[in-house]
Amino acid sequence: MPEQSVEPMIETESAAPVVAGTQTLVLDAEPEAAPTVEKSATKKLGLFGWIAIGWLVVIVGLALLAPWLPIAPPDQKFLRDTGAGPSIKHIMGVDGIGQDMFSRVVWGARASLLVATASVLFGLIFGGVLGLMAGYYRGRLDGVLSYIFNCFLAIPQLVLALAIIAVFASDPAVTVGEREFWLVISIGLVSIPVIGRITRASTLTWAQREFVLASRSIGARNKRVIIREVMPNVLPAMFSIALLGIAVVIVLEGGLSILGVGIPPSTPSWGNLIATGRNELTKIVGANPQIIFAPAIAIFLTVLSLNYLGDVVRARFDVRESAI
Amino acid sequence: MSFLRRKEVNRTIAARPDSGRLLEVSDITTSFKTPRGLATAVNKVSFTLDRGKTLGIVGESGSGKSVLSRSIMGLLPKHNVVRNGSVRFEGKEILGLSNVAMREFWGTEMAMVFQDPMTSLNPVLKIGRQITESLVYHLDMDNKQADDTALALLKSVGIPEAERRREEYPHQMSGGMRQRIVIAISLACGPKLLFADEPTTALDVTVQAQILNLLQQQQRERDMGMILVTHDLGVVAGRADEIAVMYAGQIVERAPTRTLFAQMRMPYTEGLLKSIPKLEQAPHTRLQIIGGRPPDLVAPPPGCKFAPRCPYAQDRCHVEEPPLVEAETPGHYFKCWYPVGTPEGKAAFERNLEAGLPQTIAAMGGDSALAAKVEAEMSA
Amino acid sequence: MRAIAQRLLQLFVVLLLVTIFTSVLIDLVPGDVTNTLAPVSTPEQRAQLRHELHLDQPVWERYGEWVGGLAHGDLGCYYGTSGYTSGSSCPDKVADRVKDALPISLEIMIWAQLIALVVAIPLGVITAYRAGSMFDKGVNTTAFGLLAIPNFVLALVLAYYVGVVWHLWDINPTGWIDFGQDPVGHFKQLLLPVISLAAGQVAVYMRLLRSDMIATLQEDFVTMARAKGLSPARILWRHALRPSSLTLLTVAGLNVGTLIGGAVVIENIFVIHGMGFLIADAIVRRQYVALQSYVAIIALGYVAVNFLVDILYATLDPRIRHARAIG
Repeated sequence: MPEQSVEPMIETESAAPVVAGTQTLVLDAEPEAAPTVEKSATKKLGLFGWIAIGWLVVIVGLALLAPWLPIAPPDQKFLRDTGAGPSIKHIMGVDGIGQDMFSRVVWGARASLLVATASVLFGLIFGGVLGLMAGYYRGRLDGVLSYIFNCFLAIPQLVLALAIIAVFASDPAVTVGEREFWLVISIGLVSIPVIGRITRASTLTWAQREFVLASRSIGARNKRVIIREVMPNVLPAMFSIALLGIAVVIVLEGGLSILGVGIPPSTPSWGNLIATGRNELTKIVGANPQIIFAPAIAIFLTVLSLNYLGDVVRARFDVRESAI
Repeated sequence: MSFLRRKEVNRTIAARPDSGRLLEVSDITTSFKTPRGLATAVNKVSFTLDRGKTLGIVGESGSGKSVLSRSIMGLLPKHNVVRNGSVRFEGKEILGLSNVAMREFWGTEMAMVFQDPMTSLNPVLKIGRQITESLVYHLDMDNKQADDTALALLKSVGIPEAERRREEYPHQMSGGMRQRIVIAISLACGPKLLFADEPTTALDVTVQAQILNLLQQQQRERDMGMILVTHDLGVVAGRADEIAVMYAGQIVERAPTRTLFAQMRMPYTEGLLKSIPKLEQAPHTRLQIIGGRPPDLVAPPPGCKFAPRCPYAQDRCHVEEPPLVEAETPGHYFKCWYPVGTPEGKAAFERNLEAGLPQTIAAMGGDSALAAKVEAEMSA
Repeated sequence: MRAIAQRLLQLFVVLLLVTIFTSVLIDLVPGDVTNTLAPVSTPEQRAQLRHELHLDQPVWERYGEWVGGLAHGDLGCYYGTSGYTSGSSCPDKVADRVKDALPISLEIMIWAQLIALVVAIPLGVITAYRAGSMFDKGVNTTAFGLLAIPNFVLALVLAYYVGVVWHLWDINPTGWIDFGQDPVGHFKQLLLPVISLAAGQVAVYMRLLRSDMIATLQEDFVTMARAKGLSPARILWRHALRPSSLTLLTVAGLNVGTLIGGAVVIENIFVIHGMGFLIADAIVRRQYVALQSYVAIIALGYVAVNFLVDILYATLDPRIRHARAIG
């Protein structure tokens, strides 16, 4: 999954004192007298955090409640307003064949978020379990799993996902449900190695801690140790990855839609909205750009919120992933 | 280039033999702004130093000794740091100077040897480069000159196979060798004042003496003033002309070395000396520690800062801070109401012993049998 | 030396597994793949195709033939929907297309990576030096925002406004001009795709470098460098940058994967006939043989790049070099 979040895999954000040398100096002063406090460890939710949560609540709410909202059906064609800009009747305007953009964006949220959440869950469950096992048991199992991870990571994710979809579901006659299914499977499969590697790294650091050793020394079975001792500590890392991952998948779905293997246009998704929007823009001169801007802004805000919250969660639990 | 000539001119002027006091520190105070308030790490410290002399600054962690040396050199950040007082280097006031101005002094006039040679050296640059860099930058040498000078420097600090070592990286060397290289780098441009901030703490005991000898030798050859900062009295015992003992940011006793060891007055100094284990003591002799912890630098207690841990402390000590006074031997200063080796001090000690003050009992000395007996009597 | 041999072994195994996977792809296609490859053809033609593609042979033999073909430059053929041409005379060779498309994609990606690094490194260094300042906060916020913009959105916006609405500098929103034909036009057409690809990477690299630099600037050897009287510029660029750039290097290598994925989409948007375009085309036309080759080429390239990054890493950090030599 995370092409984009290769960055969180390695980055350690330390908002540190301003100029060189401060940390070493304070060694002499009383511990309480440390002149600067590590901000990242105490990074609070802050205003932006709440705005991010707010936006996500809104968008998820709209997506879930779409069938019951007082908005036009996404494929209803208002033929008289074709290509119109934003107005009171159509807050986000109308697209080239008369469909209300706001409605399409809301329904699009449904499809996109569904695919994103499902694939990330898929990746988390399989990748997470594999990573936990690799990091805990080590030895041969770890070696084999790591090799497999590295092999899959050797193919760029978009290309791999493309290949899988192409093989299984590129028949133009495929149904929406089928395509959605294969999207989730392919993106999920592609994300397993990434999640697996990160989980493994996190598990490695925790499994070496003494409390795990202590638990095993009093006879706790491995399964119990993993579930009771290691996993709760690895979960925050995975939660952070989940947030960031959903953001990446939303974008990935967009890319796949533009390449023609996303969700078929009969059901709107943010990705295929942009794809069809792009087609219309190139064909119809003077078409309204909001057909791209509307879903684009929705994607932008959602990804921004998810990234921000993912960062906050990570900083809060001081998750440090190494490039293992 | 004109600025090079300016540096040369500065050096020729300064090279005149009797340019007066090398370093004059008057009432320097350094405080850090923290969320809890102003933490004063260095509190009105004063001393002077001449060329060719060594001042040893001794204190435990938290005494402010490292902050002091960096503060004098001006290496502290400008943010959140407040410095007061006066620091005169060869007569020039350097306390208020900006970083740009201080760069004229750093490396060429004054230098510092840090505690941990592994982290003081750039891990990805070759040793030779790290030395020649200053030479080229400050003294405007060309590469050939710089290389030769660097080679000579390496040899003078006792690095074997210097030609080969020049091309190596820090991690390929032992701790002792690295510290020699750090010393070589510091001395490259011929500074007049050298700060050695715990130069041997990170090294093996066997190597410590070598490094200290090296420092001493270089100092003599170059007629440098040296400030040796350490927590170990043993390190400065034979190598400093004068010793200053720091506690909680203040100098609590200062004297020429012999005088200090022979006639120490401050109980803290006595405690430091006693805490050094001696070979002559019987095995399993209890280590003489100074119990307790250094005071809070943001809100220190009133009176003498050492009072809470002092075996001689009396009521007055907890209320009134003793002034720095000169002892009978000139050049010996200390801050204490009931100094060691005086009748008042002895009386204070006895009083505390009777009252059962824990630190006084602990300070009973190597006579553990007696101490145990007293303890038993007290608890009876 | 032994370490490099180990790495090569790993490389080889990875390549092996990757190629096995891609060669197996064709088997996974539901139904009769020959039908999908060449829907309009006679049963005899399909049987022959089946034989040619070694589909009637066991898996490992097929794999061997396929790898052999790759090594000889035989990347397969496009089987036209209207009739199928058999034998060695394939009018629409995959290899021919790749020859034209690969340089284009490479050029776009290399430029994107270069520009991203050239912009990100100074920004990273300066924001680390001036951490906490308004400049730093501003740059960081902008970078964070940039991260949230998908590259295809940026591409579309640029294509639309720069190419269509404003028509700046005569740039066409789509299409490609060869360097040989018109150097200036060539670079003009390069501009938008490269910017779209590079923008997101700038943000990633800058934040990464900044984070590492801040940590490095607190190290003792930096204080030592200050005590030597060196200027801040010199300390930043000569002393602090090198140790901090190692993570950046690794990520830059790994990001080639993202770049490739991004290039696939970008090429489609700007209608540039690079590898990405070929892939999408192959998928639409269900030409799995071609697709196999494309995936294989990309995977090989990516693995090679990461291998190079590994070697470069050792060059930059002498500690790794020596640790590897010992261990």
